[in-house]
Amino acid sequence: MQLLQAVDWMPHEGDDVTVQKALKHRRVKHYGYEFCYDSNNVDKDKPLPGGLPVECEAVLQRCVADGHISVLPDQLTVNQYRSGQGIPPHVDTHSAFEDTILSLSLGAKTVMDFKHPDGRCVAVVLPERSLLVMKGESRYLWTHGITPRKTDVVPVSETRGSGVMTSDLSNLTLSRRETRTSLTFRKIRRHPCKCSYPSVCDSQLPGSPPTVPAADAEAWHLESQYVHQVYEQISSHFSSTRHSPWPQVRDFLLSLPAGSVLADVGCGNGKYLGINPEVMSVGCDRSANLVQICKGRGYEAFVSDALSVPMRSGICDACISIAVIHHFSTTERRRAAVRELLRLLKAGGRALVYVWAMEQEYKNQKSKYLKERTAGSSLEKVEELISEENKSRQQKEGNKCADDTDGHVMPPRIKVHTNRTAFLSQDLLVPWHLKANVDNNKDAVSAATEAPVFHRYYHVFQQGELEDLCLAEAGVKLLRSYHDQGNWCVELEKTQ
Amino acid sequence: MKLLTHNMLTSHVKGVIKGYPLIIKATEVKVNELDFNAQFVSRMIPKLEWSALIQAAEWLGHSQNLPDAVVENYENNEEFLRKVHRVLLEIEVIEGSLQCPESGREFPISKGVPNMLLNEGE
Repeated sequence: MQLLQAVDWMPHEGDDVTVQKALKHRRVKHYGYEFCYDSNNVDKDKPLPGGLPVECEAVLQRCVADGHISVLPDQLTVNQYRSGQGIPPHVDTHSAFEDTILSLSLGAKTVMDFKHPDGRCVAVVLPERSLLVMKGESRYLWTHGITPRKTDVVPVSETRGSGVMTSDLSNLTLSRRETRTSLTFRKIRRHPCKCSYPSVCDSQLPGSPPTVPAADAEAWHLESQYVHQVYEQISSHFSSTRHSPWPQVRDFLLSLPAGSVLADVGCGNGKYLGINPEVMSVGCDRSANLVQICKGRGYEAFVSDALSVPMRSGICDACISIAVIHHFSTTERRRAAVRELLRLLKAGGRALVYVWAMEQEYKNQKSKYLKERTAGSSLEKVEELISEENKSRQQKEGNKCADDTDGHVMPPRIKVHTNRTAFLSQDLLVPWHLKANVDNNKDAVSAATEAPVFHRYYHVFQQGELEDLCLAEAGVKLLRSYHDQGNWCVELEKTQ
Repeated sequence: MKLLTHNMLTSHVKGVIKGYPLIIKATEVKVNELDFNAQFVSRMIPKLEWSALIQAAEWLGHSQNLPDAVVENYENNEEFLRKVHRVLLEIEVIEGSLQCPESGREFPISKGVPNMLLNEGE
């Protein structure tokens, strides 16, 4: 009661001690620092002179004593929700606040919805006079929000307790919403956030995310920064994760007649170079570090770009390009990569091409890539999330375009992908979390930095796109095309 | 880099018409003994630019007295195949460079790996 009374909602003349605003859906008041809803951040150099109300002291000391927090918060946002009001799903800006966020519910209970980027939803009852502690994944990755409505369906047994709503429909009751006041305590962050969820972390987004390139020079620079340099830096960790050959690639290699010449263009750590010992296999890759790994394994390999392979035309009986062409950032460059493979082949030679698929779920089968994270979440939820996110992204982009009204339309920024989730666009930056412990090499990163994140550019292919790309070239026949674990794959024959 | 690989490599510098064979300037050459596989060597011979192989072997001082042309019935000529085996698969350039015969552009070879990358627009 004391706390509720401490919040004085009466407006004062010239009040600069606290900041109070009537938002569209709720009343809000800030102490310590003002949270700016336009930038979704706080002005860290402008503390509000009043500080936090002294009435909060006891509650906060108890939070310290109970081990919820180790440092006292310096920012408080008070929200007042009347029946039927809510707050859209959001993650508190990483760069604005430290890890643990405390939220005290006063006056009435409510139901808060938590959502994971992979589509999982968890509804949590927040009883009156309860404290919500968000830290780690729940603070950084899951969004939280309150659906605006006048009643909630809550479990009978939990009308007095808090808890996660289960799918048990037997013991539910309708609960009318009353006016709820929440006190959210946060600690202003003074250094960039280093959480393990870079795809949702504003501190870890690449400086200014690149745009989808239009011209070749732009594409070259994008790939240089977001493909070549990244592979060079993650090479030994990357190599340690690439040991088992994909079965269908292996089958292709074993189908080659003895004495064939094979070029693996974009050979990575060389995991396909030794599959068929009756074949003369040569690998090339853009990453000198990866090629050095091949050499160490006793394979023949050289450093080169897939658009300009320094091998005689028509020398190869077979070529493979496994997970390479999706790193080229324009259609013209992707086509040129296919053209280069065909140039290397003799007439009658075969090429196998794998690229990452936009469709990570095909014929009701989730790819391994999705399975490793999303076991248990239903497709509907993922799709719902996709359409929702697309909507909000489009809205955001709409706003952005409106801001850039100096005559030209800005090309879209490339989005950062959240690992192990469905792809939301074709051009994206995929985070790579470098494990320092496997990295006993002199790779760019020292063990002192914790789990640095690198972003690799990808253009994920839609169904049919790879076939179209390859068949746009002359003198090529499509032998087969298929979907293999989240990849689109084609086997081609050079006919002339 | 084995000479079999060298035999397949060519200069890819823009505008170059005759970029083959790449001139080998070796500072370190190693010989790695490998199991002899007559069939494999026989199968490789038709895919080779023979004169480039002889040239490369001479640059490295390992010509093995190989003839200027492939001998007839080489499939059954073990002595010949053993020499080819040595030149193709056992001699390796560890340090040095490859030079485009037309443009003069050099590509370094380090720890047995040629770096054939061109600069942007080159």
